[in-house]
Amino acid sequence: MTLKKEVISILVDNQFNVLSRISSLIGRRGFNIDTITASATQNPDITRITIGFSGNEQSLAQILTQMAKLEIVREIYVLDPNESVFRELLLIKMKADKSNRGAIIEIVDIYRAKIIDLSKDSMIIELTGAPEKIDGFMKMLDCYEMVEFCRTGVTGIHRGVREYTRFED
Amino acid sequence: MKMTGAEMVSELLLEQGVDTVFGYPGGTALNLYDALYEYQGKIRHILTAHEQGAAHAADGYARATGKVGVVMATSGPGACNLVTGIATAFMDSIPMVAITANVADELIGRDAFQEIYITGVTLPITKHNFFVNNIKDLPDAIRQAFRIAQSGRKGPVLVDITKDVTGMMTSFEATGPYPVKELPKSDPDTLLEVAHLINKAKQPIVYYGGGVAASDGGPALRELLEKADMPGAYTIMAAGVLGYEEKRNLGLIGMHGSVTSNKTLDQADLILALGTRFSDRVAQNMKKFGSKATIVQVDIDNSEINKNVIVDKSLVCDVKDFIEKIIPLVDKQERTDWFEKIKKWEDNSYKPVDDDTCLKPHQLIGKICSMTEEDSVYVTDVGQHQIWAAQFIKHIKPKSFITSGGLGTMGFGYGASIGAKIACPEKRVIHITGDGSFHMNMNEACTAVTNNLPIISVIFNNKVLGMVYQWQGVFYNKRYSQTTVERKTDYVKVAEGFGAKGYRASNLAEFEKVFAKALKDEGPVWIECLIDKEEKVLPMIPNGGTVDDMILG
Ligand SMILES: Cc1ncc(C[n+]2csc(CCOP(=O)(O)OP(=O)(O)O)c2C)c(N)n1
Ligand SMILES: [Mg+2]
Repeated sequence: MTLKKEVISILVDNQFNVLSRISSLIGRRGFNIDTITASATQNPDITRITIGFSGNEQSLAQILTQMAKLEIVREIYVLDPNESVFRELLLIKMKADKSNRGAIIEIVDIYRAKIIDLSKDSMIIELTGAPEKIDGFMKMLDCYEMVEFCRTGVTGIHRGVREYTRFED
Repeated sequence: MKMTGAEMVSELLLEQGVDTVFGYPGGTALNLYDALYEYQGKIRHILTAHEQGAAHAADGYARATGKVGVVMATSGPGACNLVTGIATAFMDSIPMVAITANVADELIGRDAFQEIYITGVTLPITKHNFFVNNIKDLPDAIRQAFRIAQSGRKGPVLVDITKDVTGMMTSFEATGPYPVKELPKSDPDTLLEVAHLINKAKQPIVYYGGGVAASDGGPALRELLEKADMPGAYTIMAAGVLGYEEKRNLGLIGMHGSVTSNKTLDQADLILALGTRFSDRVAQNMKKFGSKATIVQVDIDNSEINKNVIVDKSLVCDVKDFIEKIIPLVDKQERTDWFEKIKKWEDNSYKPVDDDTCLKPHQLIGKICSMTEEDSVYVTDVGQHQIWAAQFIKHIKPKSFITSGGLGTMGFGYGASIGAKIACPEKRVIHITGDGSFHMNMNEACTAVTNNLPIISVIFNNKVLGMVYQWQGVFYNKRYSQTTVERKTDYVKVAEGFGAKGYRASNLAEFEKVFAKALKDEGPVWIECLIDKEEKVLPMIPNGGTVDDMILG
């Protein structure tokens, strides 16, 4: 069975334990989550949770309908890749000295990444972009020695104007 | 009106029409219970032996009435003891509100004495829960709790209130309960399509479950089956929705369902699944279940559609609304050929053999049925006795077969019987239990005695954890690991010790005699019935199997 990657946007009540409610459901049902992020919205009563998810159609329907049952969920939808923009932030620390610094900088430039910290034998690179772009960048760095990295997980938003509708289950 | 948070809880309960609460007091619940002392003329509090018993009682109360059951407990151990009861209600979609006290807000998060993060513990077993540490939020939380418990697919909701909130004075305005969310109605276009499927089907079956019971859809379902001349088969959660003897009602379906039900479903060309969730006890093999049929699923809960079995068509709506609206759209017809086939399966189905020298489960249950009123309420525990009850009780009325279907909670029965008897004092309540299950919560006998509740507990004493014993016998080469319990309990003496009555029977004639006495006794009665441990629940389909793997003896 081929797993499809989807990005799901959930608008939830801004309460102290919304994340535990969401993650409890994910744990209980064994949903296959790649990333999860939470952030504020323009409405202080509402938090946005963005989930990167891999699954088939049935498991996607399950995660949507099960999440929708949570009292705290006001709206839930899949971000259509054709109508949305996705971004993720990468911070990656590479071993780099004068022997290979130039080569790494070349890759950094091609990807329009930024070097945000430099020492004698290492550097930290920042890159923002769609998750696939970050995957590609990291692949290019594969042949150099990486110390550690962190990725924020995907966040995404619909293009154009979209009304928030109060979610009804 | 000025009052404390605890008084407000009582006022809010009254506002919801609650007159009965099951529970157990404790340190952080002192304020709540002080208010109940003041409201004792208006709210009856039933003190159980154990909070688990209280939770099951609230559940049994809800199952017997359709109203919300309410349970109250103190923080820490009290709240933890509710967990099995809440989970039991959750799995069977029973409306319940659990109110727990917690330590004062300033102590929260400090591992204070009897502090437990019960909203965290109950996250996956409640529809929703509330942590109230500000009195301003209290009325809304309780009103929401009742609304959520009763809306859509019903279920338990917990409200955890810190002790300082219950002691605080503030003003309260009785604005009344929040309206329960309107149930979604069936989509007219899909209704037409489904009606068309029913009309052209040659071998349809209605496979129905707890949703039909919860929506009081029984009478409408009967009408639909009659008009379209279709057979029906039910899950354990829908026992009693239609009469046992009704021609089109084939019987229980699934692991221990009747041969006829399972064969009919297997050979059907159309399965109309109403208010049921294709659980692994029914759709044991998800891939092969109803594989020859077009499957239509109707459920109030969108997330049940395609969860276990992929269906061809679905409606998310109130099941009763669906049945009522499809009746005028289906053709009146007679499916003679189909019922003839079904009759052949029925003629060859499993039939237990009578033996009057001992106690055969089917005869014992038959005897109970023939001696009790038609509208009696039957409450079971979990095990072989539970399935025998579901298979052989002949006159179950709606809301009158109370069993833990989804969680299968041993120890459910006594508490639930107490709840049912408090809810329906005019009805006979028969508790059908096993020796294993009964040992889990027999302590609730003290509650039944104190409240003078004439509940008859019929204890199927096979001296084994029968259901597990049976599986070990069939699939584990008779390696009876920890199921042959060598208990020496003298049920008659223990019953008497509690202040109840106790009888014993080892054959049908003895049972008839003592049961006749029990029916006249004023308070709770236990009847120990000696059953052979080799009695099996049959038919039986092994895990993951289909009707072709059915074991008949
Ligand atoms: C609380 C709990 N623990 C364990 C089980 C597993 N279990 C299911 S049936 C059963 C045996 C029940 O024994 P008894 O009550 O004597 O009923 P019988 O099957 O003998 O009629 C057990 C142990 C359960 N369902 N619930
Ligand atoms: Mg037993």
